[in-house]
Amino acid sequence: MIIAFTLLLLFAASDLPFRGDPDNQMNQEVSMTGTPVPGNYYIQEAYHDAHTPNIVTVILGDYRAIDTLGEQIVIFTAGLITFLLLRNRKEGEEDDE
Amino acid sequence: MTNRSPSPIVLLGTRFLSPYIMVFGFYVIFHGHYSPGGGFQGGTLLAAALLLIRIASGTKLAQLQFKDYLARPLAAFGVFIYFGTGLLALLMGGYFLDYGELPIPGLEPAYLRYWGILIIEIGVGLTVMTVLTLIYDNMVKGEDYA
Amino acid sequence: MYWELELILFIFLLITAVIALESKDLLVASVMLTMFSFLMALMFTTMGAVDVGFTEAVVGAGVTGILLVVAIYQTTYKTED
Repeated sequence: MIIAFTLLLLFAASDLPFRGDPDNQMNQEVSMTGTPVPGNYYIQEAYHDAHTPNIVTVILGDYRAIDTLGEQIVIFTAGLITFLLLRNRKEGEEDDE
Repeated sequence: MTNRSPSPIVLLGTRFLSPYIMVFGFYVIFHGHYSPGGGFQGGTLLAAALLLIRIASGTKLAQLQFKDYLARPLAAFGVFIYFGTGLLALLMGGYFLDYGELPIPGLEPAYLRYWGILIIEIGVGLTVMTVLTLIYDNMVKGEDYA
Repeated sequence: MYWELELILFIFLLITAVIALESKDLLVASVMLTMFSFLMALMFTTMGAVDVGFTEAVVGAGVTGILLVVAIYQTTYKTED
């Protein structure tokens, strides 16, 4: 079972393109359906827009800022849920599960 | 778990190590424009520095460093920093989270975006640090590992 | 480019993953998961994604290890399967 699954994964991975090849589909300026790719604009204009050398920071903090806001709200909600679930251990010894 | 005596070597080691991790966390947050890093990684490093002291020295000593009732208001304040920055840019006539419209005088829009990214990274770092500390405090409540 | 380094990292990844799955002691399993996260961070850095590797090293090898050890201290060390 495991060997069959490994062979299936190796067969699928043998058709992938090489890493870092500039001729790959994901590195082209125009995508498969004919629309322009936004990553091209990010790489060319990130320093000119925000004067920040780290492109990843500009993309996470400026172009995709609402995504980062959602991520932060997810972390905050996780903290609140652990607080609400584990809070009653201290004073409520009688209502144990 | 009851007969463990506190070890002074572990306490001294973590007291030596914790401020350097904390300084490195601040460096990662404030130097995230030039090197890899940002609010999430820096906040996690700050939380790691706090959790080292909390594991090694117990609850009573760690309360002197960071009170656990401060965690929830600071986490909410971190979210408020991020959301308030976006809302301020919205009220000043731009889009939501468009830092080019922030009301800081004397700067061109590119440097406004620079400072806007720095402000929201501080908010993310504050939230991540306090939430991780909050999770640890809620998990070990009532027991002491020192 | 660095395929020798990546081969060594892959071999150690497999070893740590198998030990973490097969171990009876949960503390050993959590330490092996921490090592798995750190090797994964090294692999991300080798592939050129430095930010992702840094996040993986800090979160996976730092805070997750602490939280797993605390959870094991509150429950039990041994597992049945």
